Amino acid sequence: MKLLQIKRKNIPFLATISVFFLIYLAGSLMYDNFFSLRVFVNLFIDNAFIGVLAVSMTFVIISGGIDLSVGSVVALVGVLSAKLMQDYGVHPMLAFALCLALGALIGSVMGALIHFFELPPFLVTLVGMFLARGLAFLISLNSIPIKHPFVDKIIDFGIPLGFRTWLPVIAIIFLVIVMVGIYLQQFTRFGRNTYAIGSSEQSAILMGLPIGRTKVLIYTFSGTMSALAGIVYSLYTCSGYPLACVGLELDVIAAVVIGGTLLTGGAGLVQGSLIGVLILGLIQTFITFQGTLSSWWTKIVIGVLLFCFILIQRYLSLAGNRES
Amino acid sequence: MSNTDALIEIRNLSKTFPGVKALDSVNFTLRKGEVHGLMGENGAGKSTLIKVLTGLYQRDGGEILLESKPFHASRPQEANNAGISTLYQEVNLIPDLSVAENIYIGREPKKFGRIDWKKIYQDAENDIRKLDLDIDVTEPVSSYSMAIQQLIAIIRALNLSARVLILDEPTSSLDLAEVKQLFKVIRKLKNDGIGILFVTHFLDQVYEITDRITVLRNGKFIGEYETAKLPRLELIAHMLGKNLDEFTLEQQKELKTKKKASDSDDFLRVENLQKKGAMNPFSLEIRRGEVMGLAGLLGSGRTETARLLFGIDKHSGGSLFLDGHEIAISSPKKAIDQNFAFCPEDRKVEGLITELSVRENIILALQARTGVLKPLSPKQQEELADKYIELLQIKTPSRNQSVKNLSGGNQQKVIIARWLATDPVFLILDEPTRGIDVGAKSEIEKLILQLRDEGMAILFISSELEEVVTCSDKIAVLRDRNIIGELNGEEMEVGNIMRVIAEKEAVQ
Repeated sequence: MKLLQIKRKNIPFLATISVFFLIYLAGSLMYDNFFSLRVFVNLFIDNAFIGVLAVSMTFVIISGGIDLSVGSVVALVGVLSAKLMQDYGVHPMLAFALCLALGALIGSVMGALIHFFELPPFLVTLVGMFLARGLAFLISLNSIPIKHPFVDKIIDFGIPLGFRTWLPVIAIIFLVIVMVGIYLQQFTRFGRNTYAIGSSEQSAILMGLPIGRTKVLIYTFSGTMSALAGIVYSLYTCSGYPLACVGLELDVIAAVVIGGTLLTGGAGLVQGSLIGVLILGLIQTFITFQGTLSSWWTKIVIGVLLFCFILIQRYLSLAGNRES
Repeated sequence: MSNTDALIEIRNLSKTFPGVKALDSVNFTLRKGEVHGLMGENGAGKSTLIKVLTGLYQRDGGEILLESKPFHASRPQEANNAGISTLYQEVNLIPDLSVAENIYIGREPKKFGRIDWKKIYQDAENDIRKLDLDIDVTEPVSSYSMAIQQLIAIIRALNLSARVLILDEPTSSLDLAEVKQLFKVIRKLKNDGIGILFVTHFLDQVYEITDRITVLRNGKFIGEYETAKLPRLELIAHMLGKNLDEFTLEQQKELKTKKKASDSDDFLRVENLQKKGAMNPFSLEIRRGEVMGLAGLLGSGRTETARLLFGIDKHSGGSLFLDGHEIAISSPKKAIDQNFAFCPEDRKVEGLITELSVRENIILALQARTGVLKPLSPKQQEELADKYIELLQIKTPSRNQSVKNLSGGNQQKVIIARWLATDPVFLILDEPTRGIDVGAKSEIEKLILQLRDEGMAILFISSELEEVVTCSDKIAVLRDRNIIGELNGEEMEVGNIMRVIAEKEAVQ
């Protein structure tokens, strides 16, 4: 009985991992070179910015909220940092620091609005989404290329993995953020309070948990991570573009849900979101290897997968209710 | 009168809500090492007093002294930190988190700056052992019954190193053995010098556990009494503000009018109805103008029976006959089509839409049956609402008052009114008197008998055996998801019910 129940709790996560291995296995069997270190490492490079966002989005969704502003903040940060570096000669480190501060500010303001005015996260972050996108266009209407010796140095840096493969900075950032996320989630009160709010906010209030502080922190974290993802995206594309990452927030939400996090809040794991991001990446890689399919097939496959995961979650929560 | 061993002293406390003076110069003193009962009808101000004390509400006037120092909590957290722990009627735990985490969340032990999970699980294990509980602390709270959850909440409160423990109807969902377990713990805490404020509607429990009783009525302080020197009837009289003799007479008269044998044919017959994992096969017969009581301990299958009869849960076997014809009840809609009505146990979750007004809640079921395309005219709605507000004596300032502002007893009456408006032939009442005060309770009991006399068939569920005996014409006794016996006429006694439950237990 006990074994069964623990399994039930872990089914979404186990399902995520199984799907990942299934796709990976299928790809490896069908295409040469699919099963190679380089393709695997590329997953972490190409999806680094989504990965960083998925970590913070996991916290937001577990708390029962949503953050729609992330894609726009990525674009805003990209344009802002490029503008600062190229037009004003600001040192990249300072530019990045300013961007992180801006992200934190946007996030904390949204968090404060959500908590103190009891506004729905969907609306508040929708406002944030439009605002950040608008600001990005205000800074520049066109793409700004980033050319700076220091930035080049960052991009060129990497940890050698053998087989002539390197783990570049943006992949390192992705992995570090995942680890930070897991730590925050499992070993800090902030992380545990996030679950409490999402599972039963009323109870959490009566249990004397710091709801307000936690909520503001969650969105501040999300804003900061959006800015970091923006920096990662700039390093990845070497430019800032105000139209970048339109609809990215939905990809991130999809990754998190495929990773086993309940959209209704209260349950989920950062590890799951990591796998969710890698699954999205794998599907993309798969379609690239296939060659003849248009890249829109990625969306179709993600849609189908998402649908399956929602069904699994629904079934599990129904089964859970029946049991108690 | 200052008292040196007073933990909490409340003087002239006042709290006003729009249109209601919830607390009007209330005094209350809680001493060290005492269990203090706070008694009163619905709307007496008990909950408000507790909420002011714990920082959920802010007071308008008066003062609170905690160990002789002025105390003011603007948030529950502050009350917690000051050593005031509260356990509410509804279990307030985080359903998705583990038992252990629910006990320790907010003050997790840390090691090297990170949460020390090993210690949490070990400590939680020790905590539950102290209460003789045997549960897996790593499982989510939601996988346990209400009763166990309540005990977990108690463990949490105990662990908050509380000096003052407020128990707001903690026993409403516990069975006798569990209440005993709780009382054992309360006595131990009392000896440790903790002050316990105990709110309940069970008179037996008040007399069993409290040292002193404070009575409130309509937001006013009526008096503080020593439990041992306060006769029960006097306590009830203080609570109701009624003349003692009048009240007892009324009760007796009520008893006289009942138990009139019904000789009409079977109206509803149930044969071997069952649902795997929820309810074992059972058979029942209910006639028109008859109240069938369901008696049993917590978790014996009373609510499950009701849910099967109303089609909320799909049965996996057996059949139902209405006036001799077999019918299929596969969904609540089908049940409503047959003119069945069901007042669920947890009125907040399953019954009332608390944001809507009294009028809207009352017409809801009727409207659902006539269909959205044929809306009841505003005039019809108002007439219906007024009729039932009058008939059931629902205490509300107007029919357009939001249901959430009504007291528990009146909310319950709104639900009953909703179903009465559909003119049901068969009415299922699941714990209609739970968590409501003595006065509202006897009114609802009276109403049940009145409806029966008008020819309605009623299935009545209550965890209070006395009440089942008072209201029923026959009683089905349940245990462990079986109907294990039926009592009729003279056999219907509390003692007999308990004997039936116990006998079978001995056999197994």
